[in-house]
Amino acid sequence: MSEFQSHALMLAQQSKGLAWLNDAKQACANLWQAEKWPTRKTEAWRYTSLQSLESTLWSVPSEAQLDGLPDELMALDATRLVFVNGNFSSQFSSELPESLTLFSQASPAEQQAILTKFNQVAKVEKHLFSQLNTAALGEGVFLNLSANQRLEKPVYVVYIHTDTGASDYVGSRLLVSLETSAEAVVIEHFITLSDASPMFNAVTELDIGENAKLKHYRISMESEQSLHLGSVHAALHANSQLTGFTLATGSRLKRIDYHVRHVGSGADLDLQGIYLPKHNQRVDYHTNVEHCVPHCTTNEVFRGVISDTAKAVFNGRIHIHQDAQKTLAEMSNRNLLTSNRAEINTKPELEIYADDVKCAHGATISQLNDESLFYLVSRGISEAEARVMLSFGFVNELVENIAVEDIKVWLRPRMAKAFGQNDDVVRHLIHD
Amino acid sequence: MFVSDTMLKINDLCAKVEDKEILRQLNLEVKPGEIHAIMGPNGAGKSTLGNVLSGRPGYEATAGHIEFKGQNLLEMDPEIRAREGLFLAFQYPVEIPGVSNMELLKASVDARRAHAGLEEYSAIDFMKMAREACKAVNLDQSFLKRGVNEGFSGGEKKRNEIMQMMLLEPSLCILDETDSGLDIDALQVVANGVNAMRSADRSFIVVTHYQRLLDYIVPDYVHVLANGRIVKSGDKSLALELEAKGYSWLENEAV
Ligand SMILES: Nc1ncnc2c1ncn2[C@@H]1O[C@H](COP(=O)(O)OP(=O)(O)O)[C@@H](O)[C@H]1O
Ligand SMILES: [Mg+2]
Repeated sequence: MSEFQSHALMLAQQSKGLAWLNDAKQACANLWQAEKWPTRKTEAWRYTSLQSLESTLWSVPSEAQLDGLPDELMALDATRLVFVNGNFSSQFSSELPESLTLFSQASPAEQQAILTKFNQVAKVEKHLFSQLNTAALGEGVFLNLSANQRLEKPVYVVYIHTDTGASDYVGSRLLVSLETSAEAVVIEHFITLSDASPMFNAVTELDIGENAKLKHYRISMESEQSLHLGSVHAALHANSQLTGFTLATGSRLKRIDYHVRHVGSGADLDLQGIYLPKHNQRVDYHTNVEHCVPHCTTNEVFRGVISDTAKAVFNGRIHIHQDAQKTLAEMSNRNLLTSNRAEINTKPELEIYADDVKCAHGATISQLNDESLFYLVSRGISEAEARVMLSFGFVNELVENIAVEDIKVWLRPRMAKAFGQNDDVVRHLIHD
Repeated sequence: MFVSDTMLKINDLCAKVEDKEILRQLNLEVKPGEIHAIMGPNGAGKSTLGNVLSGRPGYEATAGHIEFKGQNLLEMDPEIRAREGLFLAFQYPVEIPGVSNMELLKASVDARRAHAGLEEYSAIDFMKMAREACKAVNLDQSFLKRGVNEGFSGGEKKRNEIMQMMLLEPSLCILDETDSGLDIDALQVVANGVNAMRSADRSFIVVTHYQRLLDYIVPDYVHVLANGRIVKSGDKSLALELEAKGYSWLENEAV
C-alpha cells in the first residue's frame, strides 16, 4: 500500500458514518488497500500522472455555508439538490419528491433498496477511485423511479466547493434506478467558487430498466487548480435508452471514466463528450462500452479542443461480446490542437467477438484549418476572434444536439468563454 | 470620405504561390463605379489575383504595387483590407460547421463598421437586414441559423457569398466564378444582387468563364488574363468575341 493509499484510508475513516452502509464501505476499503498503486506503466494511467493527487494530504472539509445561490448555476425549472463541500444544503435545495432520497435520510425500506442497488452497476474492483469513493462515503442521492413513472422536471444535482482553506476531499454519490418504462432527465454539475484546489471524487450509477429512458448530463467546469476523479457506470436493460452528455474543461488533473454495459437486447446508448483543456491543464476520458447481448446500438462521439500546453487523453473502448450479434456500434473521436505544444493521446479500441455486427470507429487530430481561418479573416474578423469561432464551432455541433434547451442556452456562452476570456473575441458567439 | 479617382490600381504585379511564379507583371486599373470582367483559360491566374488582393497567406506579391483607395494594399493585413471595403466572393466557399451564418455576418459587419468609426447595428436591426438580404438572394431565412455553408448546395454557397457582400457593403467586390455551377434562376439572383449594389462609389471585378453572366451584369471593360497577365482588354463585345473564338489566339500572343 502506498503512502497515499493509507492516508486516503484515514480520510475514509473521518467521513460521517452511515452505519447501514458500513459493510459496503469496509469492503471497498479492503479492495483499495489491496490495490497495487498505479504508476505510469499501468496501462489505464499511462498518460495521466497522479502525482498532484499523491503529494497532498487530503481531508474532509468542515461544514460551510453559502451566502446565496451562486450565479454559476443553470437557470432550470428543475428539482435542485445542492451540495456544499459534500454536505447537502436543504436551504438551497428544492423540496424533494418521494422518488428522491438522501442516503442520510433514507427510511429502513429505502436503505434496503439502496443496499440492493449500490455498487451493483459499478464494478468497483475495476475502478480504483470508486473504491475510495465508497470507503469514504458520507452522503449520497438515490433517485428511484417505479415502473412507468416519469419525472415532470429534470433533477439538477449541483456539487459546489467553497474554499475552506484546506485540501478538501469532496466525495459525491448518485444512484439512479429506473424501473420499466420510467423516464428521467438528470443533470450533474460540478462547481468551485474559489481558486482553491479540492479533489472531487464523484461516482454515478445508472441502472436503466427495460424500456426506460434516461438523459444524463454531467458538466465539470471547476477551477484550474481542482482535481476531479469521476466515473459514471450504467447498465442498460432491454430496449432502454441512455442519452449521455459530458463536458469537462481542464484542470490540474481530471480523469473521468464511463463504463456502460448493454445487458438487455435492444438497448441504445448515445454518448457525447467534450473536453477543453488549456494552459497546462489535463483531461483524461476513459470510456468502456460493453455489448453483452444482441441487437444493441452505441453511438459515441467525443471531441476535444486542446490549447497551449494542455494534454488530453481519450481512451474509448467498445467491447462486443460473443453473444452480441447484430450490434451497431460507432465511435468517433476528433481533436483540435490549437497550439504546437498541445497534446492528445487518443486510442479508440474495438474488440469484437461476435461475427454479425456493424462497427466503426475513427479518431482524428487536426489543427485549425487555414482555409476556414482565412475565410473569416477575409470578412474583416480579427484572427483572434476567428480562432475562437472555429474552436467553438468544432465542439458546438455537439452542444447543438442537446435536447434540453435550457442547458444549451446556459452552456453556450460558458463554452465560448473557455476559448477566450476577452469579450471581444467571444461576444459574437454569445447571444440567444 | 474617400476621395480618389481610383478604386484599384495594380502596377506590374508579380506573384508566386509555392515558389511558382503565377502573376507576371499584371496591370489593371479600376475606377469607382466601374465593372470589370476578367476572363481567361483555366490556370491563368484569375483566382490567384483575387487571393493576392484579399491577402491570402501563401500568395506572395514579389514585385509591383497595388493601390486600393489611395492606400498601399500590400501593406495591409487581410482583415484590414476587408474592413476597408475589399470583398472577395470565393470560388469555393468553405464550410464552417458549428458557427452560424448569422454569427459570421454580425461579426464581420461589426468589424467593418467599428473600423469606419460607425456605430454597430443592434441585434434586432441587423437581424432585419439579414432577413432582407436572405430574401434578396432567394435563400430561406433558416440559412441564417445554419452553420456557415454547412451542407449548402453549390448554388446556395454562391448566393450566400452574395448575401455577405450585400450586408458588408464593400467598395470593391471581387466575384470569383460566382456564376459557375449556377442554373439560370440562380444566375439571375446573383446578377440582380450585383446590379442592385451598383453605385458610383463601388466597383466590381467579375471573374467568369461565361459570356452569359455578362448579359445580366453588363461590364464596362472586359479583360483577358492569360499566363499571369492581362493580354487583351476591350469593352463588352470582347466577351462575345471570346465566346466565338476561345482563348488560344490570345495566349499565343501573350507568350
Ligand atoms: N495554393 C496553390 N498551390 C499551388 N499552386 C497553386 C495554388 N493556387 C494556384 N496555383 C496554381 O497557380 C496557377 C493559377 O491558378 P488559379 O489562379 O487558380 O487559376 P484560374 O483561377 O485562372 O483558373 C495554376 O497553375 C494553379 O495550379
Ligand atoms: Mg479560379
